[in-house]
Amino acid sequence: MPDDRLSRMFSALADPTRRDIVARLATGDATVNELAEPYDVTVQAVSKHIRVLEDAGLVSRSRDAQRRPCHLEGEVFDLMTRWIERYRREAEDRFRRLDAVLEQMADQPGEATPGKKAAS
Amino acid sequence: MNTTHRGHETQIEADPALPTILIAREFDAPPERVFRAYTDPDLLVRWLGPRRMTMRIDVHEARTGGSYRYVHREDDGTEYGFRGVFHEVRPDERIVQTFAYDGFPDGVSLETTLFEDLGGRTRVTTTSLMASLDARDAMIRSGMRRGATEGHERLDELLGGGPSKNPGSRSETEGLSS
Repeated sequence: MPDDRLSRMFSALADPTRRDIVARLATGDATVNELAEPYDVTVQAVSKHIRVLEDAGLVSRSRDAQRRPCHLEGEVFDLMTRWIERYRREAEDRFRRLDAVLEQMADQPGEATPGKKAAS
Repeated sequence: MNTTHRGHETQIEADPALPTILIAREFDAPPERVFRAYTDPDLLVRWLGPRRMTMRIDVHEARTGGSYRYVHREDDGTEYGFRGVFHEVRPDERIVQTFAYDGFPDGVSLETTLFEDLGGRTRVTTTSLMASLDARDAMIRSGMRRGATEGHERLDELLGGGPSKNPGSRSETEGLSS
């Protein structure tokens, strides 16, 4: 996965209308006309949003079907989830070391004054 | 042995629209002790560094207006330096600091860490505000690269070694007394 891919996905999702469209597509495929219905914007404007989502690889549209319904690419979201999960796991790794440090601190009362060394 | 932390999930939130990362976690210790583990360099050096690197703290003045600098060093000698200033250090409650990687000095982020008293336990929440969405995403990606290789080996060592052993054997606190 190229490095700029995640950035493209994040910026595609930075728009509230596009986030809404993604949320709707999560429940099932829909045509541009269907997606445009609840919004106070033109079908063309929704089309533009769809294109941004397509460019980011978040949404695909079938070529052959007359209706050309939009489809949410679930695997892409899995990738994003995985990026964040790895980051979370690294934090968890760090915090478990902190758990151990805190436990050892409890076993050793009468420690030095906090912040004493920090002032040097 | 150390099983008390079980069930304490690290929570992460990366807002799609804002360049922020929020990390939250609970600890089985009162705020005073957790705060000390964050501010005393001798304690901090034992848990903050990445698994496969040696952490060296050059300076850590954990007080309002103080500054800090530390270095992660790989076995081949490659060093990654980080520095910032403490905007506010409010004992047992709150730390507000800037954070920047030497290799990307323009990407200064602002980190606010809150220590919430849960009655003997503490909930720590750190919110990082980056300069841009790109900078935030780069941060998440760097975490992925490191996290992929580190696993939980260091944890296993910590848990496997008794309290008499030094779990931070790869750590140093140089230059603190100078």
